[in-house]
Amino acid sequence: MSSKVKCLAVLAALLTTTPALAERLLVSNEKDNTITVVDAGTLAVVKTVKVGARPRGIALSKDGKSLYICTSDADHIEVLDLASLTVSRTLPSGPDPELFTLSPDGKTLYVSNENDNMVSVLDIATGRIVTEIPVGVEPEGMGISPDGKILVNTSETTSMAHFIDTQTHEVLANVLVGSRPRVAQWTKDGSLVWVSAEVGGTVSIIDATQRKVIQTIHFEIPGVPKESIQPVGIQLTADGTTAFVALGPANRVAVIDTHSYQVKKYLLVGQRVWNLAFSGDGKRLYTTNGVSNDLSVIDVDALKVVKSVPVGRLPWGVVVAP
Amino acid sequence: MPNRRHGLIGVYPIGVILSGLLLAGQAAHAAPPAAAKTPAATPKPDAKPDPVANIAYLALVQKRVLPQSFLDQPPEDDGVQGARLGLADNITTGRFIHQAYHLEEALEPDADAVVAAFRKLVAQGYRAFVTDVPADLLLRLADLAEAKDATLLDATSTDDALRGEQCRRNVLHLLPSRAMLADALMQYLTIKNWRDILLVAGPNPEDTLYADALRKSARKFRLKIVADKPWTYDPGARRTDTGHYAIGAEVARFTQGIKYDVLVVADEGDNFGDELGYRATDPRPVAGTQGLMPAAWARPFEQWGATQLQARFLKQAGRWMTERDYGAWMAVRALGEAATRGGSVEGAAMTAYLRKPEFELAAFKGARLSFRAWDGQLRQPVLLADARSLVSVSPQPGFLHETSELDTLGPDQPETTCHPK
Repeated sequence: MSSKVKCLAVLAALLTTTPALAERLLVSNEKDNTITVVDAGTLAVVKTVKVGARPRGIALSKDGKSLYICTSDADHIEVLDLASLTVSRTLPSGPDPELFTLSPDGKTLYVSNENDNMVSVLDIATGRIVTEIPVGVEPEGMGISPDGKILVNTSETTSMAHFIDTQTHEVLANVLVGSRPRVAQWTKDGSLVWVSAEVGGTVSIIDATQRKVIQTIHFEIPGVPKESIQPVGIQLTADGTTAFVALGPANRVAVIDTHSYQVKKYLLVGQRVWNLAFSGDGKRLYTTNGVSNDLSVIDVDALKVVKSVPVGRLPWGVVVAP
Repeated sequence: MPNRRHGLIGVYPIGVILSGLLLAGQAAHAAPPAAAKTPAATPKPDAKPDPVANIAYLALVQKRVLPQSFLDQPPEDDGVQGARLGLADNITTGRFIHQAYHLEEALEPDADAVVAAFRKLVAQGYRAFVTDVPADLLLRLADLAEAKDATLLDATSTDDALRGEQCRRNVLHLLPSRAMLADALMQYLTIKNWRDILLVAGPNPEDTLYADALRKSARKFRLKIVADKPWTYDPGARRTDTGHYAIGAEVARFTQGIKYDVLVVADEGDNFGDELGYRATDPRPVAGTQGLMPAAWARPFEQWGATQLQARFLKQAGRWMTERDYGAWMAVRALGEAATRGGSVEGAAMTAYLRKPEFELAAFKGARLSFRAWDGQLRQPVLLADARSLVSVSPQPGFLHETSELDTLGPDQPETTCHPK
């Protein structure tokens, strides 16, 4: 082995011991019909992969080897193999899939069909839609409880969070939230569901046992018109003490203390901030900014925006792959 | 109100693609009344039927023909299709919380029949009325003794007087007024710095009202109307082989010798406005009732999830959604929202909730819409679009207001002339 190769091998070993450097960020670009692959260490774009029309919701497979992509205008789900970065498989989804969530066992995808008032239940192994569950008008957000037993779906025009039994596929409860609900995010312990309402401008905290709203968070930012505060993406830190909420065209991410439900800080990010994802170690938070076509990188401990990374046009979702 | 660009889909290439949808739309046509009577989802065998929110749709059916062009004639079911889609959306929502909806359609051939239908429906217990009637008939209805406890949701008028000196306590307005449309346009001209306006007003009473709103708005935003000219030319035989020479020469002559940035036209009946573009002496854009149009709804509009509403409407009606359809959809959805949030399907309770400060309507504009307490007008963003593209959405950035930037469009509380007895 030449010294040069040895040197590279040592370097490679060094690189792989730093977890952040091994991670990749995957961003769906709604307008470009692409997935941007970013090296989390260097924050450089590694590759831009062509996929089907209008990719929005994305999720990592349980083994971390594939990315599921809702290609909304192609009316199906594509599976991106993360080793070769090619689309290896296509799954049915029902019409206009926008968002989905993966069951904790990794076997089932629950897909919201925005044009069809349905949630489709997709068995990944067989590639078949097992059943469809009728929900409200324009189903959108999907969140599954940590034990996989309860699915929460939000419907935008109906303005409800539907609690669905994943065994019987029956709707157990319908909780009225703010107008145009988007994202449903469970707490790690499965006790609460956080739901953002884009037009209502609020986040509702639902008690998952009583299925009642126990708290509503409002946002107020000096100098920013009320109308442009449109909450969408929600992420909670692993210890559950802090929540981050993307506020859309307010161009800010709210930092919320989950005990007092008070907003501690607003972080200025790119324009029309939409969805959020943590790095594997929870030290960074990545945001997709649909109008400025970039990704903001937030230092979670310092609560500071440290960098922005240009990606494709209209970036929508972001996922961190190991 | 302006009623352009309705787009009967048959005249468009995509008509072919949509022919399947058309058939589906016809089936859906008959569906709403039946669906309203269907019990809500997953009823228990001996469960009581869900309480029903009763909404009446009251319209004076007039055959409307736009004179200038054979394109885009108003569809015969203009307006009512929007109400039907609003009903379908309400039903989907209502079945989760055990509320049912019924829409009683009264489409009448003359004013007296509208009044008679209104009286009959009030006697049957209806209190929530979505209306598509001209201004004088709306006032006649609102002033009836029977209307004292009813609310009329005016889904189609843009009349400023109905929101001003002629306002009534029992009337709410869904579509933006002419004043709001004019302000939306003038804000855009301000940020573009197109400050000098050539105003061209048509001869019809509606054109005069539209032009008045433009003049008032130009003063408000300190834009200059450098020339204010009536359009009197009648081209006569437009369809003759040399028709385009005559109109081209006339517009060139009409605009000669005037220094201006933008030609703003008031022609609600589509009599001549489309023939001003490209023909003026100087190359200047056209805006107003033609060209760049301020509107509540427009065919090219797809933002804030509007694609979904456009698609649902196309599927149901087999044609594009018009502003009147959108007004009626908003009216029925507003009542649905009131029933859902207020927890009651009683007519009086629903209409009372519409006026509460917590009422808000999501209508694919990215903002929450609500009724202004001072004149019953729904506050809302206004689109600026031409036939094929969305150009902008007002209020424009930088036009500030202490409570809601949406209130920079149309008469604000201090300047309202609505003082109902």
